[in-house]
Amino acid sequence: MEYSEKVMEHFVNPHNVGKLEDADGIGEVGNAKCGDIMKMYLKIENDIITDVKFNTYGCASAIATSSIATDMIKGQPLSEALKLTNKAVVEALDGLPAVKIHCSVLAEQAIKAAVKDYYDKNGIEYNKADFEFEDHHH
Amino acid sequence: MKVYADNAATTKISKIALDAMMPCFLETYGNPSSLHSVGQDAFHAVRDARNTIAKCINADPNDVYFSSGGSESDNWAIKGAAYLMAKKGKKHIISSKFEHHAVLHTLNVLEKEGFEITLLDVYENGLVRVEDVKNAIKEDTALVTIMFANNEIGTVQPIREIGAVCREKGVLFHTDAVQAVGHVPVDVVADNIDMMSFSGHKFHGPKGVGGLYCKKGIRLPNLIEGGAQERNRRAGTENVPAIVGMAAALKDACDHMEENTKKLVKMREQLIEGILKIERSRINGDREHRLPGNVSACFEGVEGESLLLYLDIMGISASSGSACTSGSLDPSHVLLSIGLPHEIAHGSLRLSLCEDNTPEEMEYIIEQLPPIINRLRDMSPLWEKIQKEGK
Ligand SMILES: Cc1ncc(COP(=O)(O)O)c(C=O)c1O
Ligand SMILES: [Zn+2]
Repeated sequence: MEYSEKVMEHFVNPHNVGKLEDADGIGEVGNAKCGDIMKMYLKIENDIITDVKFNTYGCASAIATSSIATDMIKGQPLSEALKLTNKAVVEALDGLPAVKIHCSVLAEQAIKAAVKDYYDKNGIEYNKADFEFEDHHH
Repeated sequence: MKVYADNAATTKISKIALDAMMPCFLETYGNPSSLHSVGQDAFHAVRDARNTIAKCINADPNDVYFSSGGSESDNWAIKGAAYLMAKKGKKHIISSKFEHHAVLHTLNVLEKEGFEITLLDVYENGLVRVEDVKNAIKEDTALVTIMFANNEIGTVQPIREIGAVCREKGVLFHTDAVQAVGHVPVDVVADNIDMMSFSGHKFHGPKGVGGLYCKKGIRLPNLIEGGAQERNRRAGTENVPAIVGMAAALKDACDHMEENTKKLVKMREQLIEGILKIERSRINGDREHRLPGNVSACFEGVEGESLLLYLDIMGISASSGSACTSGSLDPSHVLLSIGLPHEIAHGSLRLSLCEDNTPEEMEYIIEQLPPIINRLRDMSPLWEKIQKEGK
């Protein structure tokens, strides 16, 4: 098994690590039993993600995925952020070993969970089906 | 600083082994089955290696068979004993929950073929209880196979006592001694062993070579059919350089076992002491019945693979039993077998030492660990939860 240089870059120096005390939406996915938890904090103004931070417990793949996914949605409108797929994240990392794909799914899910939290907190209507994913990737 | 602390995975070949091997490539390169003198020289080299190894484990050289390594020897002994005893209507095999996959996966295959498998508990301390072996043996028990020392948590099993129970009950006893041979005293006679697997690369010999001790009179069916090598029991032209290298390495390991053990235990305890100073850390496996060079730890709120890779960046090679290094979704079956919950087992670290390591290297590891663990915990939502709940 081997990680791409891009993965190692993001793992060694992950971007956007931390918390936002005044976050507008927080999403947490995964669980300790499976060895990955990702918590995403979003600051949202006029439907645009103005800031994002994450906390992740997990392997290099989980940390690198969190880092690059937060980069990819920062400054984006919510509609765009919600379109971010696991596939796009993996491609941006120049691929992941096959056994590691499951660790990367969390980023996409964490973003959705954080946006849903924002919608819920602000009474914004949304299509529930768009936010349904299996509670965990296993 | 560069620190190699993954000697349970594999070791660097020793100078002594390498020097013993070199002439086998350039001078003694004949086929040991050839009748000409070049072949005969190779034949003698293999014979001498067998004698050397037999002496190290107190076996009759005629009971030592060379193989491609630990995995092959485990497969051979277990499948062989199973098929041999099935002919007498005995189809029950006793083993333990934390065996190496070379044993467990072989047992899975046999179970599908209709054998009944009992896997004994290893309890919190990672030790099989002799009483449990005794109680598990039935009329139709064909084989007991219990590892000598565990590869992850380093616990050394009461092999002599288990062997005695098997002798008393007339049941075949195999032990996977891949982590033990060359590291702790092994005596197939005194330890009541019928069959024993070992592997060259775990004691500074070459990779891809190992052996099986099989006591006279146990007519194991062959695993590999073909030529008449290994007294008709294991076909294939002998890997002469590897066999010679393994023998030289084992002799060296056994000659220096006492002094190496002293040195290793000192370093091991130094590491353990340093590790236990870290908040919410623990050492896995019995503290006393333990390989001299094994340290197995868990750090709460930290995932093992990340820890491993950050250590690697600092020049430290170690290993982990986290799910993400095992290639499966579960953390290692060994850590689960001693009752660790998944979330703690994911945060495991194994440091396995050899006599080439130094106390200065241990100090370096102890220095490097806390900042890495703090960094990972700082970004860990699990650690946040642990702190909040304070449990
Ligand atoms: C306990 C145990 N058994 C078997 C093996 C397999 O040995 P080999 O790599 O020589 O096939 C190993 C090595 O990983 C081991 O630690
Ligand atoms: Zn992972």
